[in-house]
Amino acid sequence: MSNLWKISGEGRSAVYLPGLDVPETPIPAELRREEEPNLPEVAEMDLVRHYTNLSRRNFSIDTHFYPLGSCTMKYNPKVNEVTAALPGFRNAHPYQGDELSQGAIELLYRMQEQLSAISGFDATSLQPAAGAQGELTGILMIRKYHEERGELEKRRKILVPDSAHGTNPATATMAGFQSKEIPSDKHGNIDLAALKAECDETLAGIMITNPNTLGLFEENILEVIDAVHRAGGMVYGDGANFNAVMGIVKPGELGFDVMHYNVHKTFTGPHGGGGPGAGPVSAGAALKDYLPGPIAYKKADGYELKQPPKTIGRMKLFYGNFGILVRGFTYISMLGAAGLRDVTENAVLNANYLKALVAEKFPAAYDRSCMHEFVTRGDIAPGIHTLDIAKRLIDYGFHPPTIYFPLIVPEAIMIEPTETESRETIEAFAEAMNKIADEAVNAPDLLHNAPASTAVKRLDEAGAVKKPVLRY
Amino acid sequence: MSFISNMPKDREIMLKKIGVSSVEELFKDVPADKRFPKVEMPAPLSEPEILLELSRLSAKNASAECYDWFLGGGVYNHFVPSVIGALITRGEFLTAYTPYQPEVSQGTLEAIFEYQTMISELTGMDVVNASHYDGATALAEAAIMSVRSTRKRNKVVLAPGLHPEYRDVIETYFQGLDMELADGEIDDQTAGYIVQNPTWTGEILDVKAEAAKAHDAGAMLIVHTDPISLGVLEAPGACGADIVTAEGQSLGVGMNWGGPMLGIFATTEKNIRKMPGRIIGETVDHNGNRGCVLTFAAREQHIRREKATSNICSNQGLAALSAAIYLAALGKSGFRKVAELSWHKAHYAASEIGKLDGFSLKTKGHFFKEFLVETPVAAERIFAQLKDKFILPGLPVSRLGGADNELLVCVTEVNSKEQIDRLVAALKEVK
Ligand SMILES: Cc1ncc(COP(=O)(O)O)c(C=O)c1O
Repeated sequence: MSNLWKISGEGRSAVYLPGLDVPETPIPAELRREEEPNLPEVAEMDLVRHYTNLSRRNFSIDTHFYPLGSCTMKYNPKVNEVTAALPGFRNAHPYQGDELSQGAIELLYRMQEQLSAISGFDATSLQPAAGAQGELTGILMIRKYHEERGELEKRRKILVPDSAHGTNPATATMAGFQSKEIPSDKHGNIDLAALKAECDETLAGIMITNPNTLGLFEENILEVIDAVHRAGGMVYGDGANFNAVMGIVKPGELGFDVMHYNVHKTFTGPHGGGGPGAGPVSAGAALKDYLPGPIAYKKADGYELKQPPKTIGRMKLFYGNFGILVRGFTYISMLGAAGLRDVTENAVLNANYLKALVAEKFPAAYDRSCMHEFVTRGDIAPGIHTLDIAKRLIDYGFHPPTIYFPLIVPEAIMIEPTETESRETIEAFAEAMNKIADEAVNAPDLLHNAPASTAVKRLDEAGAVKKPVLRY
Repeated sequence: MSFISNMPKDREIMLKKIGVSSVEELFKDVPADKRFPKVEMPAPLSEPEILLELSRLSAKNASAECYDWFLGGGVYNHFVPSVIGALITRGEFLTAYTPYQPEVSQGTLEAIFEYQTMISELTGMDVVNASHYDGATALAEAAIMSVRSTRKRNKVVLAPGLHPEYRDVIETYFQGLDMELADGEIDDQTAGYIVQNPTWTGEILDVKAEAAKAHDAGAMLIVHTDPISLGVLEAPGACGADIVTAEGQSLGVGMNWGGPMLGIFATTEKNIRKMPGRIIGETVDHNGNRGCVLTFAAREQHIRREKATSNICSNQGLAALSAAIYLAALGKSGFRKVAELSWHKAHYAASEIGKLDGFSLKTKGHFFKEFLVETPVAAERIFAQLKDKFILPGLPVSRLGGADNELLVCVTEVNSKEQIDRLVAALKEVK
C-alpha cells in the first residue's frame, strides 16, 4: 500500500488554482504560522492511483454481499448520486434565503409528508444528522413535554430494553435522564412484568426498537405502549429497523409518540464508510410542536422554513444532511407506497429464507418467524467463536454479519440480507455458512487463521490501545 | 420494481422452504387490526420522471456557478477539485459501512488515518477523531467534554464572536445536562472557554492571550476555527488550545445547501479517553504487517452504553474522506495558496468597498476571508437588488438576528478581480 508522504516530492500539487489578480496585502508576520503543515505533495495521477488502490481494500455493497445486521446494507441506486449532484442542490447555500431556495424547501416539504404518511405521524423534521441524533432529538422533545407540564423533576427515568442498541442508553444519558434496563422474556419480547414494575410516576418514557434487534416484532407492543402511557410516560421508536414494517404497520397507529428513521439504511443513503447519514424524526399529536427545525411549511405562494411553535431548538446547523435527504427522496418517490411495501415483504422473505437455509447448523436464537433479520450463535463447535465464523466468511467472499450484538445473545451473529439480494446470492451465502460449520468440526484451523485471503490478517486491536499510533 | 430481483417464481421456492403459504403469514406478530394499513402517497415515478422532476426543483434554487458569489457566514464557496467527486463516488468507498471488520475495510481505515494525520498537522493537535455531524455539534461535544474533564465545574463561557447558530446548537445539547452556558468573563466555575477564531465575522483574535486567560483560571481552551485559515494563520495547538473544532465543509465537501458538512474535532493526547467519536489507530496483524483498526472503542456507546462519552455512531465519514483527498490534492503549496488568495482578494474587496460613499468597514483589526460592512440602506435591500444582477453580495446579518444595516462579505480564491469589481460597482448603485 502506498504512503502519500513517501511518494511526495517538494512543490507537487494536483490542483490548478487561479493566479493572483489583485494587489497583494502583506500578511503580518506575527499572524503567520511558524511551521507549515506537512501535507503530502503529489501529482494528480499518483493521487488517483493511491485512492483507487485504497478503495480496493474495502468490501462494499457494490462489490460484496454485506449482511450486516441492524445496518440494512441494501443496494444504493445510482440515480441517487445523479440527483444529489444537481447544481441547485450541490452548489446551493443555506443562507441564500427562502426565495432563492424554493426547490430545496419544496423537496423537504414533500419528504416530510412522505415520511409522515408511511409512519402514521402528524409531522416530521428532517434536521437530525443520523440515527443517534434522531434519538437525542426525540428524548429532548419528551423532556420538554414533561417540563412544560411541570413533571420533569420527578420524571427522571427512561426505560431501555436489554436488546437495545448502545446509542439508546447513551442518548438517555446525554439528555440528562437515568436509563433503566428492562429484560427480555424467553420469546425475545420485552418482559411485561418487569416493564410494569417500572411504570410509576418517575417514568419519563421508553425507547423501543420494533422489530427489535433480535429481528422480532414485539408481540405485546400495544400492551407495552399502553402501560407506559398510563404511567404518564412517552414512547420513543428507534426506527433503525423500519425496513421491516413499511406498508405493514404504521408506528404512529400503534401509539408511538415520536420516532427516527435512518435514511442511510431504509432509504438508500449510501453509508460512505461511516456516514454521513440522515436521521429524520416524526412525531404524533402530543409531541409534534416540539420538533427541532427549521422545518418546511407550505404557504399560499410557495414554501417557507420555520421553527415549530414549541421547538426544542436546533440539533445542528441548517436543515439537516440535505444531500442524503435528496437521495432518500429520490428513492421514496420512485417506489411509492406499493413499492415500499414490496421492499419490506422481500426483506422479510429473504431473511426468513436464509434463516431456514442455515437452521440446522445455525439455529435462530428464538424459534419464531423473524422480520428483516435474525440472530444466531457462532459457538457451534469446541473452541470456535463467532469471530472465527465471521472471519472465515471473508475467505468465501462475504462481508461478515454484525457480531456480538445484541448483547443478550452470547456469541451473537446478526444477519440481515435485505430485499435487494437475489435468491441465488442468499443460497450461496447459506452454503458458505453451512460449509464453515463443517470446517468448524473438521478443520478448525481454517477458522482460527481466517481470513487467509486478505492483504492484512487479523489485527492486534489490544496493541493499538497499548501503544497508540493515531497519525503518521 | 423496487430494485428487487425476486420474481414470483423465486418467491414460491422461498415460501415453500420457509414453510408458509404466503408472505402475509410472516407478519402474524403484527396486531391484526393495525396490519396492512392504507398508505396515501403520490404515484411512483420512473427514472426519467424523477430525474426531470428533481432537475426542475434544482433549477428553482440559486446555485453558485450562476452568480458572483460573496455569501459565506459559516458555509463557504471554496473550489472543489474534480478528483474528489471521482474518487468518493467509487462504490468501494461510497457503499461500505463503518469499518467494523478491519481486514476488509483497510481502504476506509487508511484514508481516515490520513485524514487524522493531516488535520493534526493543520491544527497542531495530537489526536483527531473520525468526524462529527458538523462544526456546531463538534463544538457542543467539546463543551460537554470540557465540563466532564474538569472536576466540580459546570460552566462554559463564550468569547464574543461565536456564530449565532453554533450557540443555538450548544444550547440544545445542554438542555438536559447540568451545564451552564454563559457570555463574558471566565470565573472559578468555568470548565471550558470557547473562542471562535477567526470570529464568525472574520476577525482574527489573539489566541495566545485567550489561552492564558483560560489556563490562569483553570479552564480548558476550546478553539473553533476555519481550517482554510490555517494555511497561513498560526495553528491553535501552537497557541495553547486544549480542544480544537472546525467546520470542514471548505475542505472539498462543497456547500450542499448546508449539509453534509464535516465536524472536525481534535485534542491533546492526554484527553484521548475523554474524547467523543471514533478514532483510527495503527497496529500490526499476526504476520507483523501494518494495518489500521478502530481503537479506544471503550469510550463509545456500543461498549459503554449509558456511560459512553457520547452517543455518536454514524458520523460524516465520506466528508472526512473528501477532506483527506482535498488536502492531499492541494499539497503544502496549494493549501497555502488557497489561504493566501482568499486573504488578498478579501482585503482588496474590503478596501474597494470601504471607499464607497455610505459604506464602511465594521470589522476592526485583522480579518480572514470575511468582513462586516456597514451599509447605507438595509442589507436585505442590497441583497434583493443585487441578486437580480446575479450577484450575491454577502449575508445580511439580520437573517441571524443581527443589525439591519450590516452585510457580511466573503471572498475566496474562486472570486476573480472582475467579480469583485462588479460587486463594488453594483454596491455603488444601490438605492
Ligand atoms: C438499532 C439501532 N439504533 C440506532 C442506531 C444508530 O444510528 P446511527 O448510526 O445513524 O447514529 C443504529 C445504527 O447502527 C442501530 O442499528
